[in-house]
Amino acid sequence: MPADKLDEWKGIWVFTEQEENCLSEISLELLSAAKILASKKGETEISALLLGHGVKALAEQLLVYGADRVFLADHFSLAKYLTLPYTRVVCELIRRKKPEFFLLPATSLGSDLASRVAARINTGLSAHCTQLDINDQGELMQVVPAFGGKVMATILCQNHRPQMATVRPGVFRRGEPRQKKGTIEDVSVEIKLEDENQKVVEIQWEKKPMQSIEEAEIVVAGGAGIGSREDWKLLERLAENLQGAVGGTRPPLDEGWIAESQMIGQSGKTIRPKLYIGVGISGVIQHVVGIQDAKIIIAINNNPQAAIFQTADLGVVGDFRKVVPLLIEELKKRDNPAP
Amino acid sequence: MNIIVCLKPAPDPKHWDSIQLDPVTKALKREGIPSVLGPLDKRALEEGLRIKEKHGGKVMAMAMAPPSAKDNLVEALAMGADEGYLLSDRAFAGSDTWATSLVLSRGIAKLGSFDIILCGSYSLDGSTGHVGAQLAEFLGILNVTQVVAVESIEGGKIRTRSLVELGYRILESRLPTLLTVTREINTPRFTSLLGVIEAESKPLITWSAADLGISADEVGFKGSPTQTGGIFLPEIKRQVEMISGEPEEMVKEIIRKIRQALG
Repeated sequence: MPADKLDEWKGIWVFTEQEENCLSEISLELLSAAKILASKKGETEISALLLGHGVKALAEQLLVYGADRVFLADHFSLAKYLTLPYTRVVCELIRRKKPEFFLLPATSLGSDLASRVAARINTGLSAHCTQLDINDQGELMQVVPAFGGKVMATILCQNHRPQMATVRPGVFRRGEPRQKKGTIEDVSVEIKLEDENQKVVEIQWEKKPMQSIEEAEIVVAGGAGIGSREDWKLLERLAENLQGAVGGTRPPLDEGWIAESQMIGQSGKTIRPKLYIGVGISGVIQHVVGIQDAKIIIAINNNPQAAIFQTADLGVVGDFRKVVPLLIEELKKRDNPAP
Repeated sequence: MNIIVCLKPAPDPKHWDSIQLDPVTKALKREGIPSVLGPLDKRALEEGLRIKEKHGGKVMAMAMAPPSAKDNLVEALAMGADEGYLLSDRAFAGSDTWATSLVLSRGIAKLGSFDIILCGSYSLDGSTGHVGAQLAEFLGILNVTQVVAVESIEGGKIRTRSLVELGYRILESRLPTLLTVTREINTPRFTSLLGVIEAESKPLITWSAADLGISADEVGFKGSPTQTGGIFLPEIKRQVEMISGEPEEMVKEIIRKIRQALG
């Protein structure tokens, strides 16, 4: 059933993620997104939701990064993310406070929570937004890559509230810290029987294999044009010499050359490095949406017609097997100047 | 052990270039484009078959899709599923993830009891990754998203290893539970000739909205909380400077550009 009295729903909410008493970068990025929307909307309050245990200090941090109000649900049963208790706390708050917009991180846990909450509240949810805006009616315009990124679609949620969207890490930049202002509101948490049905046995932190591609200033990426594991090592060596990170498109993931966390594009990461070097990448739109904010894009491909050249600043038409080793040699020379 | 695998037949990516958009309804016109099972759908089915082989029971494959998706369910039967269920009705067209999950939940409720539901983490086309958790919500059961391994099933509990941003979570969940699986979970088996022959004699049932007790207002465009407000082609263009020729010369240009980026 659509929500009645739509004008009772006010304010922008952001779900902020914390793990091991640390706020994730995306949480701060979402506060920036909320701020942009609030300025377009005019006189709109930004609230951050923070669930966890012993996380009051993080709530203070959220006030510094732009939240006008933090709803803090602090309870031992919320120490680690679990779908049902988190969904229950968030849905109860939504029913009581009626936010107009609700932004969540498009991370594993953020997407899990967003899906479950939207289903329970009976409202719409758009996934992996790359842009957010407000139309003349004051509705949230959620731009998502549709159909493999072939087209972009603007999603609206006109008759249901809140209007919910998940936003991928890297789409917005975190704002500057400011003088702390705003309030922290404690949210009561009640434990139910259903909470006993699932428990976290263990969390295994993977040592990051290398610099993460979202944080790297330089990213070397490979695509379907890299024919073998041997050739892939060339890219890794190039990244090493540039002190950058390695990423890729879908085919290298399918080949097992990169991990899921290294995939760039619509169903992977959005990056904004100073330098991006794409090797053997044809430039399908799914990938390109993830790199468009790079400062400089260099593309190396032997096909002069490759679509990636339309998005590049420098297009190198040639065989990467010849160009990349030479480039590595040249970089090495510069790092170790002869006496 | 009753295992349900939800599949999302999607237009074959090889034909994505010929997909058109209906200017009025903003829906994708995909007539004549064959649908295929995505790689994650096959992994969900494979995991279901492996659980059955270890713990007994049966595997039921279900899809909400146009009638032509029968072929995809036959493929699932040939891989080893015991029964196929196609939820198909014109009223379902235009359903967003909310409405899709609702339809699937009604189909599953009609099947009766179940222990495990498996889905791919993302569909081939929409890739929202929302349907698994929303379906679990409509059924009132637990869910685990992005599962990379089922570690054990015993005493009415399932232990899973799932992917999070910086590592893995080991969860223990009371059955029934819905799992969405990633590509790491397994390598799907090939369909054998015997499987194809056997598929012909397995039940493949189609249910309409009326069979599921769903009114047209609940699903499709009408029942979906989200609407598509507009469709546009992404405009991502830069002024490219193209170079070709001797590798040595090109490397010089690349170095110059690298300096510019980092300077």
